[in-house]
Amino acid sequence: MQIVSQILFVVALVFGIGFFARNIKKLIRYIKLGKDIDRTDQPNERFANMARVALGQSKMVKRPIAGMLHIFVYVGFIIINIEVLEIIIDGIFGTHRIFSFLGTAYDILIGSFEVLALLVLIGVIVFWIRRNIIKLKRFWSNEMKGWPKDDANYILYFEMVLMSLFLIMNGADHQLQILGAHHYANEAGIMGSFPISQFLLPLFDGLSISTLIIIERAAWWLHILGILFFLNYLYYSKHLHILLAFPNTYYAKLKPKGELDNLEAVTNEVKLMMDPNADPFAAPEATEGEEEVPEKFGASDVHDLNWVQLLNAYTCTECGRCTSECPANQTGKKLSPRKIMMDTRDRLEEVGKNIEKNKEFKDDGKQLLNDYITTEELWACTTCNACVEACPVGIDPLSIIIDMRRYLMMEQSAAPNELNISMGNIENNGAPWPYNQMDRLNWANEN
Amino acid sequence: MAEAIKVPTMAEYMAEGKKPEVLFWVGCAGSFDDRAKKITKAFVKLLSKAGVEFAVLGTEESCTGDPAKRSGNEFLFQMQAVTNIEVLNGYEIEKIVTACPHCFNTIKNEYPELGGNYQVMHHTQFLKSLLDEGRLKVEGGKFKGKRITFHDPCYLGRANNEYEAPRDLLRKLEVELVEMRKCKKNGLCCGAGGGQMFKEPEKGNKDVNILRTEQAIETQPEVIAAGCPFCNTMMTDGVKGKNKEGQIEVMDVAEMIADAEDL
Repeated sequence: MQIVSQILFVVALVFGIGFFARNIKKLIRYIKLGKDIDRTDQPNERFANMARVALGQSKMVKRPIAGMLHIFVYVGFIIINIEVLEIIIDGIFGTHRIFSFLGTAYDILIGSFEVLALLVLIGVIVFWIRRNIIKLKRFWSNEMKGWPKDDANYILYFEMVLMSLFLIMNGADHQLQILGAHHYANEAGIMGSFPISQFLLPLFDGLSISTLIIIERAAWWLHILGILFFLNYLYYSKHLHILLAFPNTYYAKLKPKGELDNLEAVTNEVKLMMDPNADPFAAPEATEGEEEVPEKFGASDVHDLNWVQLLNAYTCTECGRCTSECPANQTGKKLSPRKIMMDTRDRLEEVGKNIEKNKEFKDDGKQLLNDYITTEELWACTTCNACVEACPVGIDPLSIIIDMRRYLMMEQSAAPNELNISMGNIENNGAPWPYNQMDRLNWANEN
Repeated sequence: MAEAIKVPTMAEYMAEGKKPEVLFWVGCAGSFDDRAKKITKAFVKLLSKAGVEFAVLGTEESCTGDPAKRSGNEFLFQMQAVTNIEVLNGYEIEKIVTACPHCFNTIKNEYPELGGNYQVMHHTQFLKSLLDEGRLKVEGGKFKGKRITFHDPCYLGRANNEYEAPRDLLRKLEVELVEMRKCKKNGLCCGAGGGQMFKEPEKGNKDVNILRTEQAIETQPEVIAAGCPFCNTMMTDGVKGKNKEGQIEVMDVAEMIADAEDL
């Protein structure tokens, strides 16, 4: 019987981790659909940024209540993984509480896992209340209808169940140890300390050893199978941030927020235009057999974006802090930086599936621009960087907005008319207004 | 304004074979907008008072290209940038000061990659350095004890992490500095950035400058201090929209210092 359960466990583990590895490979493949961008410079600063923002949760605590609760869940998640390690070893080798040889240290470990499990449970319940009872505005905007809303709640239910199972497992185990059950009890005394699950003991009072074993085993199995399922749920969920927050903060922009990237392709053309020796009417050098694809300026679809922007999209956990800080969104405009990220991810999934199915991208008559993100959203941005500042995991929605504006401006000449007039003024007289450049110093002589 | 202050150009300096200490980049708003011209003049007075040898480009100055870049017109931006850089490098400019955070951000951050490398300062940073060096003395004057709130320009604050220089100047004026609910890193935009100054806003239920003005009014200020000509326009319009123009003034920090000094 024992060996059967060991085999079943190994099979579940292999499948769980195997599927997870497959999803991660797919994720990397999709992210690599983005254009190349070099973000390998300044590794020390990048590590520091990751340590501060992802590991240290420095931006989460800007909103103290959500920040503290999130730290409970985050620390709980990381620390309780040590317990998962023990569960995996026990599962494979048929042992029970393999780490218990640590003695007092083990008691402290299990005790702290229990306290953390309770804190996670409290955190998750409060999160659920904030979403579903208090109905915080940022969780109820347009882009949060349907799957995004359900996804968020599923994650919370899942964590509630996992933590409850963990405590039930410990409680039943504790009772079995008290009763001196074979395989559970140890002559050295009680293994582990149970500051939280001890309060569950009255529930188990009077139950037979065999019933308790069923409860303990059921909780143990459901807990670990639940974790394996959750691992594979990540790819389909906003919860992917628990992994991607780390690379995302590492590869985040280090330059001042106000600095927008320089478009190299444009620089080359501008240099050519400014070069007095260049012949504007010269025919482009014919290269036999090699048809050069003309450079496309800006972005109209996901493969025009760079891989960091695509990584950003997968990292977004849809918390909506960006949108709640956005001046356009706060004043009722359609723009929501969160929606920009969600749309980018949805479209990337669609393009990725298209490529998997057809071996290469087959035109589906859709693109990120217009089919997902409208020009009305793009033109409402004030480029104030509030969204970038607000993001707790270093996402830059502004860079996507700018790249899409570049496409509208340079490929389609599709800017709002007043803006086009200003552009014309800059071009003709060096100011966004129709004043003559020769009048630039008139102010000095005016009273 | 009693007497006109001499505003030398780079061309004049060049003709005399001299170089000024700093180039004052006036910007489009500072050159043409009636409200912003007052800021330009106030700043020039302070420069003169501190004995700073400065020059302007005058008719050789052109838009930095900021609105073009942020609207997505990278071509126009780079044409502007390359032309300006040619002029600036021709005069061997090393240090630039400007009263516009948009010009400040663009020249400081986006010109280097196109061959323009200068030490660029926002006018509040420059005034602060004059104060620190003892070249300019600022006393409370008429603003002493008045309730003042400072509106952070996005392109000085979040974009370039400068929150303290303008506030230090206000403290020197011995004002009662009150912060808005949303300030510094979390400051709300005035609504003008990213090309919005030059177009109608998209459909919504409020204008951004009204929301920001409401936040400013919550602090019950006598003056809303600004550090950007565009913010200044937006907040001035906001105050008018709230029918508070009799009670609340919108002033640039440089104007306040010049005013306090009775320049």
